[in-house]
Amino acid sequence: MSGPSQDELAGLDGLGASSGRTGSNAPTIVVEKAPEPRAPEGRTIAQRPTTQDRAFVLTARGAAVSTLVIMLLIGVFLTLGAMPAFRQQGFGFLLENEWLPEAGNFGIASLLWGTFVVGLIALVVGFPIALGAALFISEFAPRSLKKALITLTDLMAAVPAVIYAIWALFFLQEQLLGVAQWLSTTLDGPLGFLAVAVPDSPSSYTSSAFIAGVAVGVVIIPTMTSVMREVFSQAPVGEREGAIALGATRWGMIRAVVLPFGRAGIIGGTMLGLGRALGETIVVFAIISPVFDFTTNPLESGTNTIAAHIAIRYSESSGIALAGLLGAGLVLFFFTLTINTLAGIVVSRSRSGAATEI
Amino acid sequence: MTTFDTSVTEQLPAVPVSAFKPAALVAESVNAWFGTHHVLADVDLTMAAGEVTALIGPSGCGKSTFLRTLNRMHELVPGSSLSGRILLDGEDIYDPARRPIESRRRIGMVFQKANPFPTMSLYDNVVAGMKLTGRKITKAETDALVEHSLRSAGLWEEVKNRLEAPGSSLSGGQQQRLCIARALAVRPDVLLMDEPCSALDPTSTRRVEETIRAIAGEVTVVIVTHNMQQARRVSDHCAFFLAAQGQPGHIVEQGRTEDIFERPRDARTEDYVNGRFG
Repeated sequence: MSGPSQDELAGLDGLGASSGRTGSNAPTIVVEKAPEPRAPEGRTIAQRPTTQDRAFVLTARGAAVSTLVIMLLIGVFLTLGAMPAFRQQGFGFLLENEWLPEAGNFGIASLLWGTFVVGLIALVVGFPIALGAALFISEFAPRSLKKALITLTDLMAAVPAVIYAIWALFFLQEQLLGVAQWLSTTLDGPLGFLAVAVPDSPSSYTSSAFIAGVAVGVVIIPTMTSVMREVFSQAPVGEREGAIALGATRWGMIRAVVLPFGRAGIIGGTMLGLGRALGETIVVFAIISPVFDFTTNPLESGTNTIAAHIAIRYSESSGIALAGLLGAGLVLFFFTLTINTLAGIVVSRSRSGAATEI
Repeated sequence: MTTFDTSVTEQLPAVPVSAFKPAALVAESVNAWFGTHHVLADVDLTMAAGEVTALIGPSGCGKSTFLRTLNRMHELVPGSSLSGRILLDGEDIYDPARRPIESRRRIGMVFQKANPFPTMSLYDNVVAGMKLTGRKITKAETDALVEHSLRSAGLWEEVKNRLEAPGSSLSGGQQQRLCIARALAVRPDVLLMDEPCSALDPTSTRRVEETIRAIAGEVTVVIVTHNMQQARRVSDHCAFFLAAQGQPGHIVEQGRTEDIFERPRDARTEDYVNGRFG
């Protein structure tokens, strides 16, 4: 590495010296004496940091390392705390539907299913709205409206989840009962698993994964919108104008330039939303019934997610039951960490996401 | 990216079409503003069919703005406004009854910075305009169109064996010629070029200039350039723009290129084309 740069420097040096000489003494032709061959000496590039430099670097490095250490400690704490439950249940911890720690029989299979279904429904509800909102804000909204909408979505992301929870409990739940009933009875034929035991009773639908999922979907809309809008707004002006100058409609330009450019942002924002949905606690807690009855039918009352289950049970749990909750927490911790990391990788590896923070 | 909005569908004759019919473009007392800033005043200019018209002048004299009024790109800038008429074969492109996208289809544009669609293949880049405007042609016609457009832009020989490579894989000069091919593929009547060579090396510049000379006659070319030699080499007509202090840009002198360079009537034109300012 240091070889060529040494040669280059030597060459430049010789050039500068000779031109200086011819400049002062124009007619004379100066013959450079060939330099004696000598082995170039390596030189280490170093600079002495000042005290302020050192203090700044140490502080910044310490802060960066501490976030990693805290994450690691959480993981270690959960693992250690969950060990008794893992040791007792083995793989059954992931496969068991029931939660009867007193009887020595508990697992998170139904919780995993509930978490998955609620997350999926949240995405189905939230994704189209978030994508449409992001496109509208970045491509269609007039300039005056744009700023207001950006602020509004950011504010929505900052509203505490418990506000969404009471809204879901006192407003959304009631509104969705009819929808759930209609879906269940209409789709009964082709999708028989959606049929509920007592179709006429509203309480058959009140605490379903469907209603919890829609509520969580609303919660994750601002986050997804924000990431997607940020990426869309970075689509290069040159390419946009190129498409428009070819005679594209605005929608044609969006399909040819903005969406391909923002693909990673769409994927990353969605995964970020999914991560948030899987961990959403209070909104699910408000909707689901506190009893541990479980159904795979997303329209029927009786669902639970890992996060909501921990929130419901932790105050009354001790010993092996508490270890079980910590084990469930570890699984959730692992899932969300993986999904968020993947989202970060997808976004930052793409052309559009290099400058985006999520 | 193979499916696009197909709101406008029309049948095209098989390519290559031997007879392009270039159209004259006439600007009548065009004024342009950005907000309250008056950047262009009373520009009257006839850009003759099938000829190359060069717009020259120092930076900030409004020549790029004028170019962008010619295919309705100016109005995309928030806060911009405009007066006057632009006649394409006698019809005002700002007529409320005409959709802007119709005008842009007939008046293509090549930008200062090459802007191929980086994720599309070279092939898809060339036919992007056809897809974006919803025109359907057969695979064989598309193949012929791609070859014809790339040949016109002087790029065919360099890329014919890697048409599936992405648009971003080309060098700067090749990307600019790809953009020319892309603009030619929709078979415009007029091609606007906004300093197409300002970011290119001398060899690529020469190739683009050869391309301009080759397509002149098939299309009407309007080119903005800072390079006097280039204006002299490629253009038939020249219009010299100037914006004095606190005054909007306007045309000082226009005429046949050799007249502008050899026998300028205005002292400012003479100073500018001889490199004494700007």
